[in-house]
Amino acid sequence: MFYREVGEFKTSYRSDQQTFPIALDRTGFLVTLAFAFVIIPLTMSEYWAQAVFLPFLIFGIAAIGLNILTGYCGQVSLGSGGFMAVGAYSCYKLMTGFPDMNIVVCILLSGGVTAFVGLLFGLPSLRIKGFYLAVATLAAQFFLVWMFNKVGWFYNYSASGQITAPEREIFGFIVTGAKAETLPVYYVCLVMLFSLAILARNLTRGAFGRKWMAIRDMDIAAEIIGVNPLMAKLTAFAVSSFYVGISGALLFALYLGAVEVGEAFSIQKSFLILFMIIIGGLGSIFGSLVGAAFMIGMPVLLKNLLVTNLGWPGDIAAHLEFMIVGLLIVVFLILEPHGLAMLWRIIKEKLRIWPFAH
Amino acid sequence: MSAEFFFGVEVFLNGLMAGVMYSLVALGFVLIFKASGIFNYAQGIMALFAAMTLVGFQEGQIPFAHLFNAMFGMEMHHFGWHMNAFFAIILALGVMVLFAILVEKLILKHLVNQEPIILFMATIGLAYFMEGFGDLMWGSNVKKLDVGIPQGGNFWIEENTAFLGGDAFYGFYLDTLDIYATVIATVLVVSLVLFSQYTKTGRALRAVADDHQAALSVGISLRAIWVIVWAIAGFVALVAGIMWGAKSGVQFSLSLIALKALPVLMLGGFTSIPGAIIGGLIIGVGEKMFEFLIGAPLLGGATENWFAYMVALVFLVFRPQGLFGEKIIERV
Repeated sequence: MFYREVGEFKTSYRSDQQTFPIALDRTGFLVTLAFAFVIIPLTMSEYWAQAVFLPFLIFGIAAIGLNILTGYCGQVSLGSGGFMAVGAYSCYKLMTGFPDMNIVVCILLSGGVTAFVGLLFGLPSLRIKGFYLAVATLAAQFFLVWMFNKVGWFYNYSASGQITAPEREIFGFIVTGAKAETLPVYYVCLVMLFSLAILARNLTRGAFGRKWMAIRDMDIAAEIIGVNPLMAKLTAFAVSSFYVGISGALLFALYLGAVEVGEAFSIQKSFLILFMIIIGGLGSIFGSLVGAAFMIGMPVLLKNLLVTNLGWPGDIAAHLEFMIVGLLIVVFLILEPHGLAMLWRIIKEKLRIWPFAH
Repeated sequence: MSAEFFFGVEVFLNGLMAGVMYSLVALGFVLIFKASGIFNYAQGIMALFAAMTLVGFQEGQIPFAHLFNAMFGMEMHHFGWHMNAFFAIILALGVMVLFAILVEKLILKHLVNQEPIILFMATIGLAYFMEGFGDLMWGSNVKKLDVGIPQGGNFWIEENTAFLGGDAFYGFYLDTLDIYATVIATVLVVSLVLFSQYTKTGRALRAVADDHQAALSVGISLRAIWVIVWAIAGFVALVAGIMWGAKSGVQFSLSLIALKALPVLMLGGFTSIPGAIIGGLIIGVGEKMFEFLIGAPLLGGATENWFAYMVALVFLVFRPQGLFGEKIIERV
């Protein structure tokens, strides 16, 4: 009753094939956009922007990227942290090597570099499957982090081994470096996330996405009906790494400013992104975003509740966070292996037929 | 022969010892994987948790003391007694058995017939839960574990091998603890093999590993077998935890050896106990030798972080089922 498609008649293929075929969804989407572009920037405080919104936008991109690989193409990867590091370091090299280049071009190019590296590490996926592959991607994680730590060229031989983002601006607003303002940074991340999410949505429902899903569901059967597994798997790896690389570049240049590779892009980050898509829902763009919001927001919420309100020590809150994350993952896998996105679909179905049972 | 050569031999021997440690962890993985098809990511955390529990019992720590202190403003930390290492091990083993029962009741029972990757992710969730739980229960500080195994370089070996390499060579340096670990690991493996070959329960375990449904139809209780397997894996985790804990202190990094055990498993094949041992030895020797010959002089060191994964990655491209794994047959 509240959510319905009754009375909507499609008269052209175009209207039938649009991203949100139901009017209510379109309105909801526009309202969300208005909220994200106007209301949140007007009302958010510095603390909320730094603690919740910026990490959410940046990790949302990474989650979409991993979801393309794991959720749509069925190749589990534990190397996202390493690929984020590739994005961050190539962004740094581009920024320092070509000082006149626009920062957005830098970020997009570092996504391209990451896509290439992802392609290389995706090659074994043609022979290795399932969690053998998951473990093989750990090679990417550990090798890349080690390389950025050891090879001086990547961090321009700086004494601390860290990389620090130089100052760059877009339309006169400083977005990187120490003097970066929060609002322009927020808008850059938001526009990035928005355009990449739209791109991902359209990729996954097009020919590419259908090939990926065929490979995910059963690769031998897909091969028999004419899907080229080489192309399908490698494109998934490349596209996914592109997203993850952009996320890494944004995390370094716009959010953290200075990065020590072993700390910022450790294996924990790989798991964090994996948890986002498990909790959000494998094979759903919307789910990636919900999962990212959940995994970013929950620790902040817990910390506020336990440390600020109840006055407990910070380490207990950290331990409880681990327990709650672990518990939630297990509970989700038992109750709803398809994550929050599936829950949302069930709610919509309930709303559609309410107050009747069928 | 030159001293250089004997240093190489020493590195090789130390690699073998390290490999035994990896094998110990990998063994726990193989046991669970064979019996239930679950790839148990939490094995490393189980080792950490077991070692923490052991230290906690020995030192007489009050569980959750830190939490209670924060909640009710109390000031407690220890019971004030020191327990004998033997009793503490028995009690820690009891805790691991209890853990096995709970895992079966609360998680595995509900996830029967799910895809392997879902089960794998569930064990990642379990690992996270255990990590927080262990820290909350016993505190997250680095603990010293001492169950009476001697430590430090073995002088007897050092003195009796010194004549081999001339003046620049002082004999092989081997840690006594590593030698103990090797002996204990050998005993453990032999007894596990005997257990699975010659006892009724062992036969039931192998039957379940072969075919769940066939095992059920001849009256083997799947759930009981799972509890037994997880309890045995808990026991192996306790042994691994004691060894690693005595070597480098009980701390979070101990759980990361689980990640090191993964390439070992991939080399040896997920379903083979000898595979786990040999894979562990190959990785242990391989990474020590690589670091000694190529890593430290040419690449700036710390290659041990990724060498094992790279070997496994390259190796799997040519032989996806591992050295001793069963051949993978796929049907549509």
